[in-house]
Amino acid sequence: MRIAVAMSGGVDSSVAALLLKREGHEVVGLSMQLWDRSAETGRTSRCCAIDDLSDARRVAWALDIPHYVLDLQEEFAEKVVRPFVASYLAGETPIPCSACNSKVKFATLWDRARGMGCLAVATGHYVRKATGPDGDRTVLRKGADPEKDQSYFLWDLTPEQLSAARFPVGDLTKTEVRELARAAALPTADKKESQEICFVPKGDHAGDFVREHAGAMGLPLPTLPGRIEAPDGRPLGVHSGHYRFTVGQRRGLGVAASERLYVLSVDPRENRVVVGAQSELSVREARVEEMRFVSGQPAGPFRARARVRHRGVETPATVVPGEGASGRVLFDEPVRGVAPGQSCVFYDGDVVLGGGVLRVNVAAPPRTLNS
Amino acid sequence: MIYFDNNASTKLDPGALSAMEAAFHLFGNPSSLHAEGRRARRAVEDAREEVARLVGAEPAEIYFTSGGTEANAMAIYGATAERGGSWVRSGAEHPSVREAAPGVPGRVVDPDPSGALDAARVVEAIDPGTALVSVMSANNEYGGIFPVGDIARGARARGALVHTDAVQAAGRVPIDVRALEVDLLSVSAHKLHGPRGAGALFIRKGVRIAVRTPGGGQEKRLRGGTENTPALVGFGVAARLAGERLLHDARAIGQLRDRLERSILEGISGTRAIGAGQPRLPNTSAILFEGALSETLLMRLDLEGVAVSAGSACSSGTLAPSPAILALGFSPRQARQVIRFSLSRDNTAEEVDAVLRCLPAAVAAVRQKADAPGPEAAAAAARSSR
Repeated sequence: MRIAVAMSGGVDSSVAALLLKREGHEVVGLSMQLWDRSAETGRTSRCCAIDDLSDARRVAWALDIPHYVLDLQEEFAEKVVRPFVASYLAGETPIPCSACNSKVKFATLWDRARGMGCLAVATGHYVRKATGPDGDRTVLRKGADPEKDQSYFLWDLTPEQLSAARFPVGDLTKTEVRELARAAALPTADKKESQEICFVPKGDHAGDFVREHAGAMGLPLPTLPGRIEAPDGRPLGVHSGHYRFTVGQRRGLGVAASERLYVLSVDPRENRVVVGAQSELSVREARVEEMRFVSGQPAGPFRARARVRHRGVETPATVVPGEGASGRVLFDEPVRGVAPGQSCVFYDGDVVLGGGVLRVNVAAPPRTLNS
Repeated sequence: MIYFDNNASTKLDPGALSAMEAAFHLFGNPSSLHAEGRRARRAVEDAREEVARLVGAEPAEIYFTSGGTEANAMAIYGATAERGGSWVRSGAEHPSVREAAPGVPGRVVDPDPSGALDAARVVEAIDPGTALVSVMSANNEYGGIFPVGDIARGARARGALVHTDAVQAAGRVPIDVRALEVDLLSVSAHKLHGPRGAGALFIRKGVRIAVRTPGGGQEKRLRGGTENTPALVGFGVAARLAGERLLHDARAIGQLRDRLERSILEGISGTRAIGAGQPRLPNTSAILFEGALSETLLMRLDLEGVAVSAGSACSSGTLAPSPAILALGFSPRQARQVIRFSLSRDNTAEEVDAVLRCLPAAVAAVRQKADAPGPEAAAAAARSSR
């Protein structure tokens, strides 16, 4: 079968291509050029850089597979970068990798691959697919390596996208992936992991990127400085852009206080950041929008284990779908650091049921552990 | 592999290859006075004669370069730097012409949407300050042949030098520098089944241009650097063969191209041939496939073993729409739907048949990919997955 592999130039997608090739498939390597960093002369960043494209090309040579670079800069700017900046300016903390997966990689890249006659598209994500309990539908599962599981970033695939997807390294641990790469002498075998957001220059805060790019996107920046306040409105200091703060953040507040302070909320309309004690961070309920159910649509409210950040703990919860794609998540226990813009992903064991984007909790003020 | 990308590069002729293999043993520096040097010099000068003959020039008017790009840069830099003033070019020029005179004021005359370039409009763009007019003999993207002779006569009357980039035309259609009345003409070896890395600039006797690479004084002080003997030997053999075979090859290739093009236009809806109906190279067909992203179509055809081209390649390996197609007035979207088929004497009727067999399904698949996800193929893929 002709299968496209989205090759980032990292070891995971390299091994994905290797494994499919060994299975006897006709593998086509596709790399995406996503962001032009020629404007950032003298600065280097990971991911979309030309160096990574050339790493992908070297792997393709080693595997003797065709490799093409797709220029998806327009799609990426429109579907990932602009929403990223807009989300920060709306007081949220977005996850651009999710948007890139569902709106570029498993969308435009998959479209192109289909045009080339590919019947599936593979990535180097640490997730797995399985057949659901009723036997006729595909479900998304966590990766076998709990340290590397990337299901938190793939909950918003549609069932159609999932059915076309292949995750060849999902059954493996990172160690096994590196061993396979070394045994096959792939040039990316010992390449360092990238953790940053690929289009934000190395060493910069996402907020720097927001400030630099909002204007060109026609998105107004708030006036500076803004206020840092206590929950009761007491002024505690000033900030240099509310978009530099994330709910749950403790470091870099620039406020002297006797107790440790955490960001409780970011309010773009009033251009203020509210900080308070850790106990005030906890919530029992969260509002989610843009809900999607990659492993099948639920009939009504359902029980799940909910995760509100990558590598975060899972909390038992009841998910109550509401109007449209919005809903509420009722946690069995208080959960800390629920940041608007992040994803809330619902699990049943290691099956990803679906998820949604966390929104500001207008319904209830933060409740304390004792409430 | 069916290779229909001969405007990008051609397969080295076996005769040129064997001559080059022998020439690799001519290790002397052609400028050396001893026997080893003289042997190399003779090989280089034999090649110069062959290249001169191909374009109707005197050997003394042929200056070897590393290729078409260097010849273009040498001519355009050399003429504008020598004379000062501005230059006029067509909007369909190759980047090696377009980018050859940074900072020199220029005027651009686009071909009309039919693909034809109006000589009178080019001549009208010449003013007393115009040092140089540069108009390609034939376009690389759609094959349009431009009226260089008419332009040269008009330019001469107005006192401007005339350069033509004949890289795509040489060896494919008859080229005669005397009939064209041009002052400068660029050719490249690897577009006529010679090796990459060899080219030449014709400079009419008596025309002075500024020197770009003085170096060791080779090529009569116009282009320093030790001659690449094997490449120039290959160029010479390729030029001779191209000249000998030109009329026969042009007719045979033209028949293949015409059948390919006609069958595509008749068999696949939403297609048009760019520049057809105007003077054109016999080997080139640029087809606009409405609604099909040419980059994806190129990749699809490559996977089927068919090499074509689409747009101009960037350093990262992505494609930008062809400037020449844009210059004809096509939108960027349309320019991204154009595939160029460029044939050579190596191609056969069977290859044309094979391309015609696989093309309809490929175009249909690429056109369909913009639909909503989840076709049967994806479902089948899912069933067979782990």
